[in-house]
Amino acid sequence: MKIRKEVIKGVREICASHKGEPSPLMMILSDIQNKYGYIPLEVQEVVSEETGIPVAEIYGVVTFYAFFSVTPKGKYVIGVCLGTACYVKNSQSVIDKFCQLLKIAPGQTTEDGLFTIEAVRCIGACALAPAVNINGKVYPMVSPDKVEGIINEYRALEASN
Amino acid sequence: MERIDSPKKLQQNIEACTKAFEDKIAGKGGRRAIVVCGGTGCLANGSNDLIAELKKLIEERGLSEKVSVNHVGCFGFCSQGPFVKIFPEDTLYRMVKKDDIKRIVEEDLIGGKVVEDLLYVDPTTHEKVARQDDINFYKRQRRIALHGCSLINPDYLEESLGYDGFKALKKVLTEMTPQQVIDEVLASGLRGRGGAGFPTGRKWQFAANQVSEQKYIVCNGDEGDPGAFMDRSILEGNPFEVIEGMMIAGYAFGAKDGYFYIRAEYPVAVERVQRAIKDMEAVGLLGDNILGTGFSFRAHLRLGAGAFVCGEETALLNSIEGKRGMPRPRPPFPAIKGLWGKPTCVNNVETLAIVPYIIRVGAEEFAKIGTEKSKGTKVFALGGKINNVGLVEVPMGTTLRELIYDIGGGIPGGKKFKAIQTGGPSGGCLTAKDLDTPIDYDNLVAKGSMMGSGGAIVMDEDNCMVDVAKFYMEFICDESCGKCTPCRVGTKRLLELLTTITNGTATEKTLEDLKSLAETIKLGSLCALGQTAANPILSTMNNFPEEYEAHVKDKKCPSHVCKKLMSYVIDPAKCKKCSLCARNCPVNCIHGVPGKEPFVIDQSKCIKCGTCIIKCPFHAIEKR
Repeated sequence: MKIRKEVIKGVREICASHKGEPSPLMMILSDIQNKYGYIPLEVQEVVSEETGIPVAEIYGVVTFYAFFSVTPKGKYVIGVCLGTACYVKNSQSVIDKFCQLLKIAPGQTTEDGLFTIEAVRCIGACALAPAVNINGKVYPMVSPDKVEGIINEYRALEASN
Repeated sequence: MERIDSPKKLQQNIEACTKAFEDKIAGKGGRRAIVVCGGTGCLANGSNDLIAELKKLIEERGLSEKVSVNHVGCFGFCSQGPFVKIFPEDTLYRMVKKDDIKRIVEEDLIGGKVVEDLLYVDPTTHEKVARQDDINFYKRQRRIALHGCSLINPDYLEESLGYDGFKALKKVLTEMTPQQVIDEVLASGLRGRGGAGFPTGRKWQFAANQVSEQKYIVCNGDEGDPGAFMDRSILEGNPFEVIEGMMIAGYAFGAKDGYFYIRAEYPVAVERVQRAIKDMEAVGLLGDNILGTGFSFRAHLRLGAGAFVCGEETALLNSIEGKRGMPRPRPPFPAIKGLWGKPTCVNNVETLAIVPYIIRVGAEEFAKIGTEKSKGTKVFALGGKINNVGLVEVPMGTTLRELIYDIGGGIPGGKKFKAIQTGGPSGGCLTAKDLDTPIDYDNLVAKGSMMGSGGAIVMDEDNCMVDVAKFYMEFICDESCGKCTPCRVGTKRLLELLTTITNGTATEKTLEDLKSLAETIKLGSLCALGQTAANPILSTMNNFPEEYEAHVKDKKCPSHVCKKLMSYVIDPAKCKKCSLCARNCPVNCIHGVPGKEPFVIDQSKCIKCGTCIIKCPFHAIEKR
């Protein structure tokens, strides 16, 4: 995969902005993840050039932490809370329903690049259990029969764009 | 705000801000002050829209000079949120929606009349309660770690200074030696609020005894227990208090640099801590020669990246150092050799938040709260099958009964209480026979659970305890860092054994294997994650042996949760032959003749999705 020149430039800038900090790798990766949504091998190589840290080590860190991703995520990231409070209120059946309707497993992205399903651990909205977070918008007290409506909401949004 | 570069200037600022804050709350000059909950739960429920609407309508009605609107930290009573509170009357409106704002402005702010139907209604007396302190949920609470949360705007240093902020810092820098600070914290009996409950003063003493130019204080904000959100709420509600606690720790054992390690999943907390650090630097409360006393301190922020094991202190240190978050063998302990090889103390958010209080009121006063070996208060995140979901801070020694029934309001839907899980994936469950046990560190350990960070998830008769144990084991399997074999391989095997129990293929030997493997992992793992990983299994096996046996011997899940061991059955006597279930069945496995013959589920095809039971208006379908 070829990454665009501006991305390489952006990554170099992020690395430069952390120069002089002790052990800045996590902060650099965090910024890249936030800005570009994923950290492919090619980008890790750029980080290696800039910081002098071997790619193997960077790859080890990227793959260790759940927050970092080496593949792009969907336009809408559906985070179904599987924290304990949500789980005891049956959030497993909610994520199952999303998976069934979108025909992907947790952690995967639909072929059209629209949706990614993620099992997330406690988003701190226990009073709204089971909670689903889609790109920052929280859906409270989601039951399996509401899932289709939620997906359709985003499909409609896409169709209108 | 101008620079605060001497104790005198700090004192002047504290006095001026305190007066301004008190005047605001007291409604001096006919002014009103509105605060809106900006905690995570309420933000998710649209509290930002409420603030925007309030500001808009107040502006439209020309009240901007008379009424202030601020967002504040978590009110704790999340199941009744979002909250809007009005001073000086101290009126608390709950479950406020955007459409209600107009009435609050028109009827209350302008008309001077309380909007009755937005008040909290006591579920037992059915009376409306206008003031927060009169609500049962709050009556038994005592806010020390949550000081200022739900009262001050966490974005303004002035608000913190107006509500006890930095009084403790001034006291230690001008009146106490570092050793006196350590002695005070030791005398208070404060124990770490993050899990194991190690005495905070002793930790500080270890670090103080090390001779080193560079030492570090690290604030552990990697709150990983799924179902606990107190650290997040403290950081969001009063970040200044935690920074102050960190500075006091730094002064006590000689650290000039403090690191916050906060989960990346907590963007609001990250932003508020960042802002607080910046504002404090701007006035000289962080940096070189603070208040001209010669004490220098800098605060830094690092983000976690979604690894539960990083809550373990040595793994956390590796993560700050930009490595995979794997634990280090101890000894050497971080107090001897920690961050970048230097003496380091890792303290939990809640622990640091309590420190300023101890310094302000004195160790003796603090030690009056709590039990003999567990002093002070503890914040619990009450969740699951409980009416009053939320964040509660109670004195140590409060009983589970008080926590669940008096504060938590009991179990919804008239269901029976079954268990409460404390300590998250490292803890265990407590049952009805433990309801009158006073909660403290040692009692919980004696009962096979632990305090942990304070997550308290209530389960009722509909929850299967084997399934709950399996849930935690899935979590641990996901989160095991892979460094040591007992945890990496052992937890996987535990999960497989549990899965055979829930799908009905287990034998009696499975239970023996489960127990023996659980004990092995406990003994053989490197860090606390592995050492405690089997706790949810052992504790549910001890407390609910009959549930395990029902799964293994009778191949039945008594709570009808484990899908392989239960079935949906239509009661022909109750079936009205309407065909609604059959029309909604995704696999077409329900057959009958509408209006003539009752419907029957073909068990060989049923995928147990539960759609039929939701759709049936006559409650004719039951789980068996």
